[in-house]
Amino acid sequence: MHAAETPTLITSVFWLLLSVVTLLYYLAARHHRSPRFLQRLPLFAAGSTLMMLAFSPPMMAWAHHDIRGHMVQHVLLGMFAPLAWVLASPMTLALRSLPARYARWSSNLLRHPFFFYLTHPITATLLNIGGMYLLYATPLYQASLNNLALHLMIHVHFILAGYLYCWSIAGCEPSFHPFSFKMRLTVLLFGIAAHSYLAKLMYINLWPSLPFYSADDLQTAAKIMYYGGDLAEALLAIVLFNGWLENNRKRLVRFSKRYHIEDAFRI
Amino acid sequence: MRNTSRSRWGGVLIGVGLMAAVDEIIFHQLLGWHHFYDGATPALGLLSDGLLHAGEIIALVSGFFVLLELRHQRALHVTYAWAGGFLGAGGFQLFDGTINHKLLRLHQIRYDVPLLPYDIFWNLSAVVLILIGLWLLGRARKPTLTI
Repeated sequence: MHAAETPTLITSVFWLLLSVVTLLYYLAARHHRSPRFLQRLPLFAAGSTLMMLAFSPPMMAWAHHDIRGHMVQHVLLGMFAPLAWVLASPMTLALRSLPARYARWSSNLLRHPFFFYLTHPITATLLNIGGMYLLYATPLYQASLNNLALHLMIHVHFILAGYLYCWSIAGCEPSFHPFSFKMRLTVLLFGIAAHSYLAKLMYINLWPSLPFYSADDLQTAAKIMYYGGDLAEALLAIVLFNGWLENNRKRLVRFSKRYHIEDAFRI
Repeated sequence: MRNTSRSRWGGVLIGVGLMAAVDEIIFHQLLGWHHFYDGATPALGLLSDGLLHAGEIIALVSGFFVLLELRHQRALHVTYAWAGGFLGAGGFQLFDGTINHKLLRLHQIRYDVPLLPYDIFWNLSAVVLILIGLWLLGRARKPTLTI
């Protein structure tokens, strides 16, 4: 396997990147003088902290030789940290903080149909949960254990795909390609089902089947995936429905103002 | 103006979700009667189990948000919501006891014991919950208290 210094180097690089990103969020929020983003700084910092935890030396060591450690790391990187980040609306903050010329250029780019297809809830689910099927149901996981570059790519894939999935389903940031509540809810339903089905398959077939993992550990890992995923996706469902409630309330305010019946509702 | 139909449906969603959670927590985790997988479920049952599981999570969350919205609009009818909750819980229990356990054979209530008394008790408790729901629904329909 790799030299002893490599994991430390990976940890340092990721910690540095995460600190820089969090600092940028703070500076942009302060520059923007918007309380909305400063209030959400703790959420963004929580997301970064969870990711730092996932890349911390003890976690890296645990994940390296134990499938349970790998699964805890995976749940943190792919589900909880991205969800915390999404709730902080960093894309909106970034677009608002860019100089006008670059902001215009970025928004023209984001309007491109490519981003319609990329940010579509179905694409996001295929990339995120489809990626999990690819990793655990094929020899890909075994290959990643002996190949550092592949291993890192898989980690980065799960961070990005997890972020895309949460962003696309939550729909709490303004988007050039908004998708309906019904579409996002339906996709979330199938996403949860596909995730828990994979966890059950892993439990039954003892995936990823490698000689140095015991059956007990593999089954515990599958349960961590099942229940950890449940918790994260229930939180995602709460975010999704919260957006629905906000939207309905805004509609009700407009309606009651038009007909001067504000007193009828406690709004 | 209170929205009785939406109040009832919000309750039903929460009832279904809560009953599923109770099943998960008490029978799987605390008593250990059910298994995560019992080695006998057919592939189709496993797939439908995944969908059902997803539906339960969504039902619980959506039910709370439906009631929350009604409360914001001052349109929540509490008794209808409770009636819906009992009907949902009992209905789910009955569905679990007949379709899931017997028809799809997803899992049984307990293993290595005679099943019949457990099955009878399970489905009887479902009927009792449904009866409570119906009684509450009858009470809610009588125009007595207004809050």
